Amino acid sequence: MSRIARRFATLRAQGRGALIPYVEACDPDYDTALAILRGMPAAGADLIEVGVPFSDPSADGPTIQKAALRGLKGGSTMKRVLEMVRAFREGDDETPIILMGYTNPIEAYGAERFCTDAKAAGVDGLIVVDMPPEEADLLAGPAAASGLDIIRLVAPTTPDERLPVVFNGASGFVYYVSITGVTGTRTASTNELAQALPRLRKATDLPIAIGFGIRTPELAANAVSVADAAVVASALLNTLEGSLDADGKATATTVPAVLDQLRGLADAVHAVSKTT
Amino acid sequence: MSATDTQAGANSLRSGPDGRGRFGIFGGRFVAETLMPLLLELDAAYTAAQADPEFHRELDYYLKDYVGRPSPLWLARRMTEQLGGARIYMKREELNHTGSHKLNNVMGQILLARRMGRTRIVAETGAGQHGVATATVCALFGMKCAIYMGATDVERQKPNVFRMRLLGAEVVPVTAGAGTLKDAMNEAMRDWVTNVHDTYFLVGTVAGPHPYPQMVRDFQSIIGVETKEQIMEAEGRLPDAIVAAIGGGSNAMGIFHPFLDDPEVKLIGVEAAGCGLDSGRTAASIERGRPGVLHGNRTYLLQDEDGQITEAHSISAGLDYPGVGPEHSWLSDIGRAEYVGATDQEALDAFQLCTRTEGIIPALESAHAIAYAAKLAPTMGRDQIIVINISGRGDKDIFTVAEHLGVKL
Repeated sequence: MSRIARRFATLRAQGRGALIPYVEACDPDYDTALAILRGMPAAGADLIEVGVPFSDPSADGPTIQKAALRGLKGGSTMKRVLEMVRAFREGDDETPIILMGYTNPIEAYGAERFCTDAKAAGVDGLIVVDMPPEEADLLAGPAAASGLDIIRLVAPTTPDERLPVVFNGASGFVYYVSITGVTGTRTASTNELAQALPRLRKATDLPIAIGFGIRTPELAANAVSVADAAVVASALLNTLEGSLDADGKATATTVPAVLDQLRGLADAVHAVSKTT
Repeated sequence: MSATDTQAGANSLRSGPDGRGRFGIFGGRFVAETLMPLLLELDAAYTAAQADPEFHRELDYYLKDYVGRPSPLWLARRMTEQLGGARIYMKREELNHTGSHKLNNVMGQILLARRMGRTRIVAETGAGQHGVATATVCALFGMKCAIYMGATDVERQKPNVFRMRLLGAEVVPVTAGAGTLKDAMNEAMRDWVTNVHDTYFLVGTVAGPHPYPQMVRDFQSIIGVETKEQIMEAEGRLPDAIVAAIGGGSNAMGIFHPFLDDPEVKLIGVEAAGCGLDSGRTAASIERGRPGVLHGNRTYLLQDEDGQITEAHSISAGLDYPGVGPEHSWLSDIGRAEYVGATDQEALDAFQLCTRTEGIIPALESAHAIAYAAKLAPTMGRDQIIVINISGRGDKDIFTVAEHLGVKL
């Protein structure tokens, strides 16, 4: 059983939902990003998304765009991202790590080599934002061969008849993009989520995570009350950005500020009882 | 003659893209899931429109009476004499309403957007030619319009920005990245993903996710279709070479496409070499890039080893894009078209050559094509023929040219 499946099984047995925080590799530098990543499980992260910086993140809002540019300035390359995951694995063999990024850096690295190296580094799953199922053949074979989960995105615009296409080849969990829009902007209403989730449950047995626009402990708790996990990215990146000095360098408050906020989100998520 | 004349047999080079929107390994639909259902809907709507004679009747009417087609094919006598070689013809797309070839495509897509019931248009623009064309048809049909333009380009293309605003469009300066065309493209995609319920994304070149490269090519193919008829009438035979500038590549694809199955016609795309192909400050994606994925398609891209997209440079704001249409990438790989570069300086020289010999002030984009044709013509015989696609007029560029000539306007 993969780390991701194992983690969701444990959570289900405990009647809890999951919090999935996001950290951008090398934002604003390698050591700071690694310190945040290493501190996340103790602060309440159940799974972790690691952003792979890309120069042109066209599906992301201003917050993640800026984080990606800081990451690139901070020396991020695909090699360095995998190095960061490997360093994390030295102290944590349980928390699933999902890489989130765009197609081109993977293609530049070489899809097969990427999957082999990512698995060896301790990566469990991949979210490739601009790779819909119709274009997934580049990664499908190598990912399956390496035992990496391909996490598929579903959007409010995805019609029911398309769901089988989207879930074909999906594993790990399903990422529900709860709004039509870019990351970190609008928030889906409780009503919108309540309508969307049964539609997805009918089409898949995989756990469902909700992302885009979850900014507060209340919104995170609300998301896990209907889904299995909540993804929080822009809110944490905003906190990180706010802690940097005038030159964009990390300060003594950077790591604690992000982890404190994460703790608040995790407490709210874990207070939701999911007994069925 | 139809504006979307794409009849072609199975073995024709004109039959692409395939069912997945690919030309060989290039093209495709690399977009976020939110947009996939929209692209599938667009594909279906375009296929239906193509098969509907009423759509073609409507498009032909607007192309004739509003755009001003057909555009003339002009024998450039003085330039021919001065260069002393092949006879040079110019396809006069700069005579279209709004001053460039852009209106051919925009007219087709706005009619499609109307058929699809969309009420709001978003578009990206570099030099502003596509933005002006889009703002124009939005005014014509009373549609809301937002144009994304890099902040750098807003600054260097002020007259076009003013035109777009006069036409009622909202011009949104984009400060992300280097504030040029690629960043405007990202921002237009973000707008579309946010406003999918009522918004149509009107792409200006033969790039982006399928079906855009095909659709834009089909609408622009009117250029080549007319050229073929006109040169047959003028010379009784096809030209020996067709030369066109390439940024994303829509004017080039428009004039090339009807000639793809005529192997005796050399097709030459001229990329912006900027400060030189090996200067590091270039926009020559085919000559100095490698295949990758950006803005929804796989194509030749300027990128570093790690797959990060690098900034393109050209004196022409309309050409400094780090990618190129996927069909051009394919035509280059299979050797059907040849891709070369012209530098900023060569384009400036050609701009002046064309202005002084023919009384035609070309866009700096088109000046790249003229620059290469001016090198090519003297190597050819006097009985040979070159057609240059003059994709746009240069009024918008006089400030840039004046600055380089040290003249203060």
